Amino acid sequence: MRSSPAICASSAIRSVSEMPAMTMIEAIRDAHTIAMERDERVVVFGEDVGFFGGVFRCTQGLQQRFGSHRCFDTPISEAGIVGVAVGMAAYGLRPCVEIQFADYMYPAYDQIVSEAARLRHRSAGDFTAPITIRMPTGGGIFGGQTHSQSPEALFTHVSGLKTVVVSNPYDAKGLLLAAIEDDDPVIFLEPKRVYNGPFDGHHDRPIVPWSKHPLGEVPEGHYTIELGKARVHRPGDELTVLTYGTLVHVAQAAAEEQGIDAEVIDLRTLVPLDVDAIVASVAKTGRCIVLHEATLTSGFGAELTAIVQERVFHHLEAPIRRVCGWDTPYPHAQEWSYFPGPARVGKAMREVMTA
Amino acid sequence: MVLVGLLPDRAPETMWNPCGNHARAAALDTDAVPGQIRGMHNDGSAEQALRLRIPEPVRGADPADRVRRHLSAAGEMRKPELDEKVERIAMMRKQLVRVLDDDGQAVGPWVPELKPDELITGLRDMMLVRAFDSRMLRAHRQGKTSFYMQCLGEEAIACAQQRALRPGDMHFPTYRQQGLLITAGYPLVDMMNQVLSNTHDPLKGRQLPVMYSSKSHGFFSISGNLATQYVQAVGWAMASALSSDTAIASAWIGEGASSEPDFHAALVFASTYQAPVILNIVNNHWAISTPEEFARGASATFADRGYGFSIPALRVDGNDYLAVHAVSTWAAERARSNLGPTMIEWITLRVGAHSTSDDPSGYRPTDEAASFPLGDPIERLMRHLTVIGEWDDERHQELAASINDQIATAFEEADSHGSVKAGNVSDPRSMFDDVYAVLPRHLREQRDQVGE
Repeated sequence: MRSSPAICASSAIRSVSEMPAMTMIEAIRDAHTIAMERDERVVVFGEDVGFFGGVFRCTQGLQQRFGSHRCFDTPISEAGIVGVAVGMAAYGLRPCVEIQFADYMYPAYDQIVSEAARLRHRSAGDFTAPITIRMPTGGGIFGGQTHSQSPEALFTHVSGLKTVVVSNPYDAKGLLLAAIEDDDPVIFLEPKRVYNGPFDGHHDRPIVPWSKHPLGEVPEGHYTIELGKARVHRPGDELTVLTYGTLVHVAQAAAEEQGIDAEVIDLRTLVPLDVDAIVASVAKTGRCIVLHEATLTSGFGAELTAIVQERVFHHLEAPIRRVCGWDTPYPHAQEWSYFPGPARVGKAMREVMTA
Repeated sequence: MVLVGLLPDRAPETMWNPCGNHARAAALDTDAVPGQIRGMHNDGSAEQALRLRIPEPVRGADPADRVRRHLSAAGEMRKPELDEKVERIAMMRKQLVRVLDDDGQAVGPWVPELKPDELITGLRDMMLVRAFDSRMLRAHRQGKTSFYMQCLGEEAIACAQQRALRPGDMHFPTYRQQGLLITAGYPLVDMMNQVLSNTHDPLKGRQLPVMYSSKSHGFFSISGNLATQYVQAVGWAMASALSSDTAIASAWIGEGASSEPDFHAALVFASTYQAPVILNIVNNHWAISTPEEFARGASATFADRGYGFSIPALRVDGNDYLAVHAVSTWAAERARSNLGPTMIEWITLRVGAHSTSDDPSGYRPTDEAASFPLGDPIERLMRHLTVIGEWDDERHQELAASINDQIATAFEEADSHGSVKAGNVSDPRSMFDDVYAVLPRHLREQRDQVGE
């Protein structure tokens, strides 16, 4: 078990080692390949994932390499994909399935919530569902309301599930391998806007590729990142930012633009949650903001806010602020007014610093 | 304001309506409906108002006739080759495979190769299930359990199919297939402990009384969310085939739950990948208070649904132990020969209430069981055994007494461990076990607060 190095803005020019640079797509593909090589019980399927290799190409080459009995296309039926995965897991396989967009998972929700999540418990350990359900999530690609949602809170609210949200290629590979090897069902959310580069919310600027970023350096071979361990993305003393996914990069940009020495915590796993990392950081900084793309009300940010309040209240020097998606459907044309970009995040940082 | 067309079942008699569901002949004078609006074209011609067919919420006075309309005579149906093209057996989805005739004779090509002692075992299985149900209902009346669901009248389907399949195969049952578990030899005491939700409940009080689970007996954990297990069975069968195994899966659903999306997902996956699975639909005619007409749609039968997916589909007399055994064996052989899924609609009747929480007197005819044309599965097998000279009153009394003793002994033991009603339940802290493989920190913290 190794953990990712902490990334400081100042270390972003760290010399590129011998490690291959990968996009998050390539890192996810690499994790699949290694998992399938190491364990023949791992099977991969979903809509367009077989012959074509997935609409985001995360499973490209798997069918050619491992055969159509290990990686195959399915009918357009999310309930079918997850239901079949639960049955396969009960048999003894380890399915890793793709829901093409997280926005499409709702037909599978009953299979996820009532079946996969509770099977071990309701059968007293007689049957288990060690499945990984991958879903591209989040906005930033002009996907409108059906290709942009961030439904993580719908999973974190369910006992029996583990929920991972990745933010970079290094973590994506190590966390996906850990998820596939985990004995419980894992929801694995991949913010599609950071598939090809560390998007910092400045949509009007040129895209930075992962090859220019230290977290694009992905070791060859097998490694895992323990589920439930956060990562300090940017160390700082003045303010704690609790976030995950794309907004990790937005938070870093906002901190630098505001000249605020914020500590950006990439939670990586929402359930189980690294409470120690949260407590340690907020106890140090005394100020906290919580960021996510998902809608504000009853979002995972509310849980984070409650945890900080319960455990670190006496260290707080200012009210906790949440910067989240608005409580509207995710818009198409007004995407950049909806997305919590560096301007909104920076404003919240300033307000919390002066509160 | 009007609800255009929201009228009760008024389909004209001329409409093709093979199940008679039900063509009340009364011609409807829509003008008589208060507030009914007729559209008018600019040229003054009248446009017909749209209307819906709402099936009658009660089966009416002639439920038995409706079943009778689709009866085939015992022995009438041919037995196709395992690899017969689906088009050539298409009509079997509208007919009825029967082996036992009204005189108790086994007739026709579907007569299974069962020796008399295997038939007596079948009779014993069904009687044991019925006696178990009866004792558990009494336990409910005695206030020892919170809930129970019997399978009265449907025993043949689960008992015979279990005998037709092999150890290692996996059933994905609903809550009315306790016959599978009992026939597989699962300890009655363990079942009773779960019904009583006591300290010896194998599922530690986490599940409703009848939602059993036993991998070693080929019985997948029952879910109260209907139809979810149907597609899981297909997945299990796919996994078996992907693993080059020889075990097959059997999916179970009631006719009412076949409306759920997971049912249709199961069919498309089973058909696409030709999974080695038996797709059972137990048509007991009732989904709590809702008659089958609501789930079936305008199709004539539930087995019709197989045809659209090119899945061979048969309707079978579910109260005929021999027919159930024969068709289950045929479907299992198809699956084991890589010939893909088979759909079977079992015609039977839910003789009792939906559950102990249900009182059917408000929604179903009181004489329905008595007039049901397929009779009772235990009586029919008994009659057959008698006709072939293998059964008599004395032997029957002996068997009944032995079963009653078995049930009484098991219940005595289960009862000694107490019941949920008496507060004899598993340690509340155990509810935190098995949520995850390893207890995570947040659950450990919450567990520590239980009983504070």
